[in-house]
Amino acid sequence: MTGLEAVILTIITASTPLLLAAIGELVVERSGVLNLGVEGMMVVGAVCGFATAYTTGSPYLGVLAGILAGMAMSLLFGFLTQTLATNQVASGLALTLLGLGLSGLIGESFTGLPGVKLQPIDIPVLSEIPFLGPILFGQDILVYISVALVFVVSHVMARTRTGLVIRAVGDNHHSAHALGYNVIAVRYGCILFGGACAGLSGAYLSLAYTPQWIENMTSGRGWIALALVVFATWIARRVLIGAYLFGTVWIMGLYAQALGIGIPSQVLSSFPYLITILVLVLISRNRTLTKINTPACIGQTFVPDR
Amino acid sequence: MRKILKLAVATALLAAGAMTAGAANAADPLKVGFIYVGPIGDHGWSYQHDQGRLAIEAALGDKVETVYVEKVAEGPDAERAITRLARQGAGLIFTTSFGFMEQTLAVAKKFPDIKFEHATGYKRADNVSTYSARFYEGRYVIGQIAAKMSKSGIAGYVASFPIPEVVRGINAFLLGAQSVNPDFKLKVVWVNSWFDPGKEADAAKVLIGQGADIITQHTDSTAPLQIAEEQGVVGFGQASNMIKFAPKAQLTAIVDDWSTYYIDRTKAVLDGTWTSTDTWGGMGAKMVGMSEYTNMPDDVKAMAMETQAKITSGAFHPFAGPIYKQDGELAVAEGAVLNDGTLAGMNWYVKGVDDTLPQ
Amino acid sequence: MRLVLERRAERSRLMGWLSPVVAVALTLATGAVIFSLMGLDPARALYVYFLEPVLWWWSLEELVVKAAPLVMIGVGLAVCFRANVWNIGAEGQLTMGALFGSALPILWHEFQSFPVMVLMLLMGALGGALYAAIPAFLRTRFGTNEILTSLMLVYVAQLIADWFIRGPWRDPQGFNFPKSVQFEGWQLLPTLGDGRMHLGAGLALVAVVVLYVVMSRTLKGFEVRVVGTAPRAGTFAGFSSKRMVWFCLLLSGGLAGLAGICEVAGPSGHLQPAISPGYGFTAIIVAFLGRLNPVGVLVAGVMLGISYLGGEAAQIDLGISDKTAQVFQGILLFFILACDTLILYRIRLLRPQTA
Repeated sequence: MTGLEAVILTIITASTPLLLAAIGELVVERSGVLNLGVEGMMVVGAVCGFATAYTTGSPYLGVLAGILAGMAMSLLFGFLTQTLATNQVASGLALTLLGLGLSGLIGESFTGLPGVKLQPIDIPVLSEIPFLGPILFGQDILVYISVALVFVVSHVMARTRTGLVIRAVGDNHHSAHALGYNVIAVRYGCILFGGACAGLSGAYLSLAYTPQWIENMTSGRGWIALALVVFATWIARRVLIGAYLFGTVWIMGLYAQALGIGIPSQVLSSFPYLITILVLVLISRNRTLTKINTPACIGQTFVPDR
Repeated sequence: MRKILKLAVATALLAAGAMTAGAANAADPLKVGFIYVGPIGDHGWSYQHDQGRLAIEAALGDKVETVYVEKVAEGPDAERAITRLARQGAGLIFTTSFGFMEQTLAVAKKFPDIKFEHATGYKRADNVSTYSARFYEGRYVIGQIAAKMSKSGIAGYVASFPIPEVVRGINAFLLGAQSVNPDFKLKVVWVNSWFDPGKEADAAKVLIGQGADIITQHTDSTAPLQIAEEQGVVGFGQASNMIKFAPKAQLTAIVDDWSTYYIDRTKAVLDGTWTSTDTWGGMGAKMVGMSEYTNMPDDVKAMAMETQAKITSGAFHPFAGPIYKQDGELAVAEGAVLNDGTLAGMNWYVKGVDDTLPQ
Repeated sequence: MRLVLERRAERSRLMGWLSPVVAVALTLATGAVIFSLMGLDPARALYVYFLEPVLWWWSLEELVVKAAPLVMIGVGLAVCFRANVWNIGAEGQLTMGALFGSALPILWHEFQSFPVMVLMLLMGALGGALYAAIPAFLRTRFGTNEILTSLMLVYVAQLIADWFIRGPWRDPQGFNFPKSVQFEGWQLLPTLGDGRMHLGAGLALVAVVVLYVVMSRTLKGFEVRVVGTAPRAGTFAGFSSKRMVWFCLLLSGGLAGLAGICEVAGPSGHLQPAISPGYGFTAIIVAFLGRLNPVGVLVAGVMLGISYLGGEAAQIDLGISDKTAQVFQGILLFFILACDTLILYRIRLLRPQTA
């Protein structure tokens, strides 16, 4: 394996969980809902994914369990914020607290056990191509899913009726309601999708990234994913750019350290955050574009008048 | 208002009195409290301390009762948690992270009858002991193994924070390696965390990508070793035996073993022989253990066991001269041994480390 | 059967008072069930969890120590969120405040007379405000979304603090451990008696009172509410939304910074890498639980403080794990949020109608 190839492979694994969680949250926010509970849904997805894979021996069942667990958590959030019209920001934060505690409880009997790793799918012949082979055709299934999701979401949002409805609901729930769309139902759907993605991202951590369960193993990645949605100015393809930019700068920092270039590690560690801010500043100078894509109703509760 | 306040104070005093009376009752078991900085489920630092707690229970049975608080943030929260243990009648309290130092001393001042044990700190009082383990002894052994096993002559070190403990470990590892191969190279990556499996894994991958075929770590999760296993290189476990996670990659693990010390200190309180001490024990005191040597040829194993035996008996000290600093300056002359004071506050690298320390 | 909400004609005053009571009652009931399922005596468990923290003088003190930073940051954030300015980086502003405020006692340790305390507090507030000025500048100058900038800057602040504390600012006599010198004299906030309750609590109360007056009795408060609820109307009224962003971020950043230095100079007494156990993030919940109202924030801060202390007491007294306590806290928050719905809405159960 060449050095560059190793670096690219590392960047892919580092970026994938961010991408998975962020693309889900993007859809949620597009429908006008701000779910700050990504971290909580992710960590529950991680523990349920690990527990299922460990018990059944099948990492794929683990992935499925992760998705379902994320959805269950998001359903709780949906019930509170949509059916009971509670404040979204506070509910999301409470969901994170609950998720961290709950995952610890579930995981108590699973700490210190080696996990079942989600193996890469080597596409015959293609994965043997030097350099490009392992990078493009030798990844595990979740990496392919994460990239595919970006394009699917991008297409659905821009070119389909479903996407139109979601955007309408997020931009002006009153008119969407007046037009006869069921705002609450649309938002429930989006929240569940976001939960599924966050759960998937958690499962990626505990099954592919580092196949083990440790408390708080998400270590704040859910928060980064949230920031990346803003970074992407709610445009799906930019989430891909954002996640990989963050992953790349992060890995390059480690790489530079291993080369021994003598810059304090704290400085190198702060680069991913600073560069994300810098790039966003550059992007957001085009204000009209940003404005068009920002869901106007984000974070606001909606209760239909009967 | 003042009346209510008075009443509250009076009740509190009464209750506190009742509690101390309760603690003095000889028939009661000794309550031993523990404060952990991480979750017990970290399978690293806090986990090993909890193993020590369980060992006390197993050894002393109904003479003791143990309680613990986990995930205590270093700072004001720690002082409250320690105070709470003290008020609830604990007779002996172990505070198991450096960041609890000032808080332990502050609470100890208010509760002169309670014994405190603070891990890895340097401030003591009449009722506060400190204890730590000479993990660097184990690091010297794994350094030797690394140099024998490596083909590329480069090891990768996943490090947490540049504190003396970690710097000492890096130095000991490299000194061990250089004793076998004087040209051995060490690459260090700081992840600025004790505990972030993802980042630790990334660091290990980057190091392997740069030619390291030995991975060692001073962070708590099993992730770096798992990466080693995955990518077909070898490495060492940290804090506990991690062979389950890397059956083909783990050569050995440095195991934190607090049980002997914890049982001894608890017994001392029960016997009334406890005094404030400063313990820095290594392999000889059974505080540092090596798990089984695996995945290596017999001659390497024999060498490792011999070094381990020499360190245990005190015949050999990893920081015996001559030792040169990174810039070539002689730090320890031939025939001399680095003193404990310098070792405790170590903030310089030995020659051959490919990294810069923040000063 | 379907559950629907029906908007009340106006906020229900009765429910405003009743909803927290209902929430606590529900939590108690749920708690009782959970604890009995775990084989614990529910009455004792609930006593340990909810009453013990407020029954003893020392634990009351601890409660105040714990709640003070939450309240101080929470009131600032409440104003921010009222105006639709999304500062979620209070944790970073707190860190910067702690760092700025600690500069004097660390660099000039002999300066221990009274003025040092005043200067430290001012520097702390300044540090937080300056750090919050970055997202404010980026938002007003380039239109950069402050959710991302303020959040990302949290991590940067922690890394900066880490570098200082492990590098140039560590205690020269401290064996190179990551810890500053111990503060002395007036570098420490005065405490009540020899207890742990320190001046920070008083400052938090002042912040609550001042912001209560500002929000309910002044033009500035009116401006915040108008800009927040109806930005267009605000523009017509001549309120500048840019000025509002600056005002909110500087205010909340300054208060977070003040909370930071109060933590360091109060219960801590020195600077170490772990400055806050996430107060800046928890304060966001506190702000919303307090319905973005300064007095409400005070109540919410105390309530959250109780749930932390109770959780810790439960670990020691009942031997339940930290995770159980955390789950319980999550449930409590959910109940409080859900019950608040009753203030604005009536809940109806609809039977499916046959058309």
